[in-house]
Amino acid sequence: MGKPLGIIVAVALAFALAACSDDPAVTGGPTGGSATASTGSTHEAAFPVTVEGTNGDLTIDARPERIVSLSPTATEDLFAIGAGAQVIAVDDQSNYPADAPTTDLSGFEPNVEAIVGYRPDLVVYATEPGDLGSSLEGLGITALQLNAAPDLDTAYDQIDQLGAATGHRDEAAALVERMRSDIQGLVDASDPATGTTFYYELDDTFYSVTSKTFIGKLFGLLGLRNIADAVGRGSGGYPQLSAEYIIESNPDLIFLADTKCCGQSAQTVAERPGWAALAAVSGGGVVPLDDDVAQRWGPRVVDLLRQISAAAAKMENAA
Amino acid sequence: MSRTGRDRRLSARARATALGVVVLIAAVLIALLIGPVRIGAANVFRWLFSFGNAPPGMSEQQALILADLRLPRVIVAGLVGASLAASGAAYQAVFRNPLADPYLLGAAAGAGLGATIAVAYGPSDALDLTVPAAAFVGALIGVGLAYGLGRSSLGGRATTSLVLAGVAVASFLTAVQTFLQQQRSDTLRQVYTWILGRLGTTGWDDVRLALPSVALAIATLWAVRRLLDVIEVGDVEAQSLGLNVTRLRLVVVVAASLATAAAVAVAGLIGFVGLIIPHTVRMMVGGSYRSVLPLSVLFGASFLILVDTVARTVIAPAEIPIGVITAFIGAPFFVVVLRRNRRTA
Repeated sequence: MGKPLGIIVAVALAFALAACSDDPAVTGGPTGGSATASTGSTHEAAFPVTVEGTNGDLTIDARPERIVSLSPTATEDLFAIGAGAQVIAVDDQSNYPADAPTTDLSGFEPNVEAIVGYRPDLVVYATEPGDLGSSLEGLGITALQLNAAPDLDTAYDQIDQLGAATGHRDEAAALVERMRSDIQGLVDASDPATGTTFYYELDDTFYSVTSKTFIGKLFGLLGLRNIADAVGRGSGGYPQLSAEYIIESNPDLIFLADTKCCGQSAQTVAERPGWAALAAVSGGGVVPLDDDVAQRWGPRVVDLLRQISAAAAKMENAA
Repeated sequence: MSRTGRDRRLSARARATALGVVVLIAAVLIALLIGPVRIGAANVFRWLFSFGNAPPGMSEQQALILADLRLPRVIVAGLVGASLAASGAAYQAVFRNPLADPYLLGAAAGAGLGATIAVAYGPSDALDLTVPAAAFVGALIGVGLAYGLGRSSLGGRATTSLVLAGVAVASFLTAVQTFLQQQRSDTLRQVYTWILGRLGTTGWDDVRLALPSVALAIATLWAVRRLLDVIEVGDVEAQSLGLNVTRLRLVVVVAASLATAAAVAVAGLIGFVGLIIPHTVRMMVGGSYRSVLPLSVLFGASFLILVDTVARTVIAPAEIPIGVITAFIGAPFFVVVLRRNRRTA
């Protein structure tokens, strides 16, 4: 009779104690850390620091010296803010800059064992295939997810977060400032009143992007009109267009983001059935892009926008 | 009594054939009339009757869309549908298995593997030749493995053993293909393009690519359609009637695999057609391959032409992958036909 009651009391007590001891740890610990970090953030060497990734807030205790990047965009960001020397390995798709330490690590199908083999103190990745972040955290490795940016502001923020995470806050701020002013310059130079239309090609089966995507928004900044926007909702921003529709739309410009993946060029486009009659094809409006640059949201976005802007200006002068 | 029965069967076959031809003509017309770009029925008919010259009142662009995009696409869809349906019917006859189909037998998976090898490791400037050839070899290997495995190790004629072997072979070949794809990630996108289908980029090149193989394969199957009835009864019976069963089976399998490979090479992997069409035809006219094979060709072509019309119009100006729709329409359709058949039988 007294025994069960005793057990109940003991269990209840244990819960109460656990609740008491847990609460301050959860609310007091990390939040306190983040507060101190943000107050001391003006100083370069301010660690520990709290950064915000797609996977939530992370506290980094010391300046990371063994960074593994599984994201080509993060690799470009890291090298552009002067953190390249701290990067010891990057994934197989990270082909820029040339001195990035490319390995056979995969960002799409990451192998946790292979990553841990580099003894990293920070892993930056873009796609979360399931439990990469939690697996690394479980092994005591800080994992920062920075997934595909939906807009320029997110791209800038990711550079700032990487600056904070690696101890290059000022360089990151300077880079973002430079990107902002370069892009503003291109936007100011553009003439949105011309109504120039374009078709953006992701692959040779006519997958395209709408203005809801990161790349689509870049074109929108310059006032170019996207023929893929005629597609209704539900396409997820990346519709496969009908050849008939592209021909009927007769866009002024055709941007090829499939020069590497699918070997497309102004010549192959002209050889497609029915495409030779397009204004862009006969008027030199087919613009080959670097697939890699077009798929990333790092510092080279400015180069991409410059290329688009130059093509649009050329088309307007010709008209 | 037997004479009137024979007449009735004959006229049923004649009626079904007439229906098949009418449906095919209707499907082609519908497919030409409907598309993401509005051309107008009157314009399409005038264009047809002026044999492809742009009639007055029709823009050059509309004529271009009809001639260079819509018409070749309709033809390719028809060829692919006819190939898949005819090869399905042929596999079902020679393996005496109602579930035999280019997909279940591993022919399509083999063709996909062949196409992958050609894209990833072959010369990049001759894909139009190497891909169909490699797909054909792959399809033959797939069927050969499935048949050999089903007969030798899983106990002969049982319906399930062939299907089980086909599933195992298809999984294995698909695994090899995925591995090769991963090894050559630079050609990944192109491989996907081949596998997922390219009807959206079809032009006259694809017609020229598919037509010879499809014509040869279907003509061969058509020529032996009477013998299919004999072989379906049983090897011993067929042999006692003086038929070289081994040779016939080889000819039929090679022809059906050629048709499958041509279909995969121009349109990617499209499921369900080889199963639904022959079974639907059997429910209409009975089991004789003298009717089943020609009607499968007609209805298979009509089916895929109509499905492709849906694929390019429902969310126009965007497209839906055609394989998604064959499954989406095909599965419920199959159930409906089965139920109706059971009720009337």
